Amino acid sequence: MSLVIATVKRDFILAARNPGEWANPLMFFLMVAALFPLAVDPDPKFLSKIAGGVIWVAALLATLLSLDSLYRADVEDGSLEQCLASGESLYAMVLGKAFVHWCISGLPLTLVSPLLGLMLHLPDEAYMAMVLSLAVGTPILSLLGSVGAALTASLSSGGLLLTLLILPLYIPVLIFAASAVYHAGIGMAYNGQIAMLGAMLALAIALTPFAAAAALKLNLSR
Amino acid sequence: MTPAKGANQVNLQARALYCERDDRQLFADLSFSVCSGDLLQLVGPNGAGKTTLLRLLAGLNHDYTGDVTWHDQLLHQVYSEYAHQRLYLGHLSAVKKSLTPLENLRWLMASEAPNEDQLWVALKEAGLVGYEETPCQHLSAGQQRRVALARLCITQLPLWILDEPFTALDKAGVAWLEQKMQQQVSRGGAVIITSHHALEAVHGLRQLTLGAAV
Repeated sequence: MSLVIATVKRDFILAARNPGEWANPLMFFLMVAALFPLAVDPDPKFLSKIAGGVIWVAALLATLLSLDSLYRADVEDGSLEQCLASGESLYAMVLGKAFVHWCISGLPLTLVSPLLGLMLHLPDEAYMAMVLSLAVGTPILSLLGSVGAALTASLSSGGLLLTLLILPLYIPVLIFAASAVYHAGIGMAYNGQIAMLGAMLALAIALTPFAAAAALKLNLSR
Repeated sequence: MTPAKGANQVNLQARALYCERDDRQLFADLSFSVCSGDLLQLVGPNGAGKTTLLRLLAGLNHDYTGDVTWHDQLLHQVYSEYAHQRLYLGHLSAVKKSLTPLENLRWLMASEAPNEDQLWVALKEAGLVGYEETPCQHLSAGQQRRVALARLCITQLPLWILDEPFTALDKAGVAWLEQKMQQQVSRGGAVIITSHHALEAVHGLRQLTLGAAV
């Protein structure tokens, strides 16, 4: 367990030293929202209808952008081999790394999303739903993504494969999350969708680390 | 299953190991044992399977037939216990370039949880004083290797498995590492290494030659 904690600490230090790693997806997220009204239609009525969906699609793609590097560096410099050699549970290690990934990708997205809501004229009633759905939904994206990242960790250009593997698994999250924001916007209850996302998150925490750990072992024991 | 009994004892046995890679036989019917006080050097030409055998002994490679036992129990059955008894240092040194030597060492040693003083002493012994706050990307290849090898100054684990540890080290570094291995062997530990380097200064050396020319 001490190695998992040390790895989480180390990854936060690494993220602080290489701000591009997490600032890039965040910039992407902001850019999409900023450019959307310019390219489509700046009419507030139109924008407020699609704001939830646009924000969620941008968040999903931004997460995808940051996933590629999740395990690659660790495989290349041998630190993942050391994790395996240490005999510590890879399950906890994967969970720890997904947690760090969420803290530097999903969490900042969640925190700046109200700003995007403002830019896209999100209805006032929908802010709570958007922040909640991002807070519950983005950890699912990190966890599912860690499986894809683990599978493609030792491929030199695994980016496209990763996208193809993971995108279908992201669709349910996108559907429920966007529908939560939409329903909140038209004054309907959205707790059903949030509960569904919560269930998905619980399932992802329980199961994805097994898959990712197995994929990493496979990658390393060649 | 009594960790206390074997806490400082090394008893690694390999029986009838056979391994092939890409339809090419690397070694066959290989049997040997490594006990406390042993220093085993795997020698052989490039591509002879030294690293493969080393990873296999470290429990990281399962693509072989034959038995490897640790205190008479199969390696994969006692892996987590075994993993806490042996130190594996691959030819990838697991040193992060944007971290300082101190931070790197702290992470590398996390499972043994040394205190800060021990880390500093180890860096001093490895000749990295004055560099402890410099990101490793500004250090030379030899110094980066020293960061990884500084673990050997702290660790209490009885079995060391080192893959090409002499790579990029200067003469003083080689002498220092030989002395470290000598200390490990004389306090009842064991070392298995691959190296093309002639280990003259170390007593009790055994060599295992792989891949005699085909």
